[in-house]
Amino acid sequence: MVRLFNALGAPLLAFFQYLGELVLLTTDTFRSIFTHNLRWKLFLNQIVEVGLLSQLVVVITGGFTGAVFSAQTFFQFNKLGMGSAVGAVVSVALCRELAPVLTALMVAGRVGAAMSAEIGTMKVTEQIDALRALAVYPVDYLVVPRALAMMLSMPLLVAECIAVGIAAGYFVAIFMLDINGTYYMANMVRWTRSRDIIMGLSKAFCFGILIVFISCHKGLTTREGAVGVGRATTEAVVNASLAVLICNFFLTMMFNIIYPAGYQ
Amino acid sequence: MEFWSNELKVESRELSVYDVAMIDEAPPSLKPSIKPRLASGTASPMIAVRALAKRIGQQEILRGIDLEVATGETLAIIGRSGGGKSVLLKHLVGLMEPDTGEIWIQGQNIIGMNERQLGMIRQKVGILFQGGALFDSMTVEENIAFPLHEAGERNPDILRAKVNEMLEVMEMEGQEDKMPESLSGGMKKRVGLARSIIRRPSCVLYDEPTSGLDPVVADSINRLIRRLQRRFGMTSVVVTHDMKSAFDVADRIVYLHEGRIYFNGTASQLQQSTDPLIQDFLLGRSEGRSD
Repeated sequence: MVRLFNALGAPLLAFFQYLGELVLLTTDTFRSIFTHNLRWKLFLNQIVEVGLLSQLVVVITGGFTGAVFSAQTFFQFNKLGMGSAVGAVVSVALCRELAPVLTALMVAGRVGAAMSAEIGTMKVTEQIDALRALAVYPVDYLVVPRALAMMLSMPLLVAECIAVGIAAGYFVAIFMLDINGTYYMANMVRWTRSRDIIMGLSKAFCFGILIVFISCHKGLTTREGAVGVGRATTEAVVNASLAVLICNFFLTMMFNIIYPAGYQ
Repeated sequence: MEFWSNELKVESRELSVYDVAMIDEAPPSLKPSIKPRLASGTASPMIAVRALAKRIGQQEILRGIDLEVATGETLAIIGRSGGGKSVLLKHLVGLMEPDTGEIWIQGQNIIGMNERQLGMIRQKVGILFQGGALFDSMTVEENIAFPLHEAGERNPDILRAKVNEMLEVMEMEGQEDKMPESLSGGMKKRVGLARSIIRRPSCVLYDEPTSGLDPVVADSINRLIRRLQRRFGMTSVVVTHDMKSAFDVADRIVYLHEGRIYFNGTASQLQQSTDPLIQDFLLGRSEGRSD
């Protein structure tokens, strides 16, 4: 029995410790954001890293998701004579679910991995100890610029993903599937509400926070040299992706209370 | 102390059969004095360590260290790899937190301070890391200027002038635009040292300043340490297992063995010691035993 409790208890304790450390890092970062001066150069560098350099990934993700979703929806809806409703479905789905989740997964893979690898390498080569020894608090220097850049960039990337997805869906529907463009647009505008967009952007903000803190935490707790950096990077991407998918469900349920789906 | 600073890197060493036979207690004549002589005689010590103990995992790294370093003094801490030298050094700037004991820097107990409070202490105490720990995304100039930049100095002329002054002290003129990856081991250490002292700390801690360097470069580092002491009056603590370096730079030498201070005295006292453990270390013998 004791063995059973040990077997169950140790991973559970480790999990709660992990959550606790994430919360500590998050509170420490937000405290620093409000009480210390921002290093603008580092912040702008991170905006370039997170926002600008993710353009291609986000455009391709949004474009092909919108295109394939438009086609699949048409194949089903056309049997019911509802081909012109495709625009509304594509738009609402992209705003509320597809764009935030897929963008977050892509950013977790691209930016989250880079963050944990960079900070992890600094950790194992004593650069973080050097920062501390030079009286520079690593959270201020490393985490705050990344967190702010992510919180600002993620909603913009998701907005871009939605726009590109809708445009690609429109292109496929009108030029490849011969749906009437006027009805397509009319239905899309009628059924897509500002609350759908707000919901998508709010999710993007939350996912940005999840990705940046999970990645930075993994970087800051890296150990055991090059192997440790590799492990931290993998774990950062996996944990961030899982966190995005799990939190997405709860965010959907919560936001659906605040911003109910459908035409009202 | 933050959660991410708790996990630690330890030099590990395989225990040999000889370790079992090692003497546990040093002879009374070699035991550390609680109050070592102070260079200035009356001034309070720059660093005072009391009953410092640290365990990492199952390994007891430090087992009750008592040590004082007087202002302006150069202390060398010697001992075998894995003996706790680097761990002790990291405790002195709060990079590691002890299990028990106290560390006083210029009369302030740093135990229990958080990272931001330690920032004030760290402005007084610089540290040179074993590999230099240069920021690999910055040039030599940016690395050296980093502490000044972080302290709010933004004037590029002033920054460049101070960097050039440091490069001159380090005998590295003209290297300011290089990236750390293109520097040799000795150059990295000198840049790391320049970065540590550019804000003129009262004390500099050196972690293996000559390890991995050829004898000529190692000698240049030793000369540099002495020059800094003369020019800026800095207190220095040098962790090394290079005996030539210790004899060259130190006013006093401490021999750390199995987490305890085994010897505390001058270089000549160390050389005259007949203790077998010290003799083995000085002569580089494996515990005085022949195969």
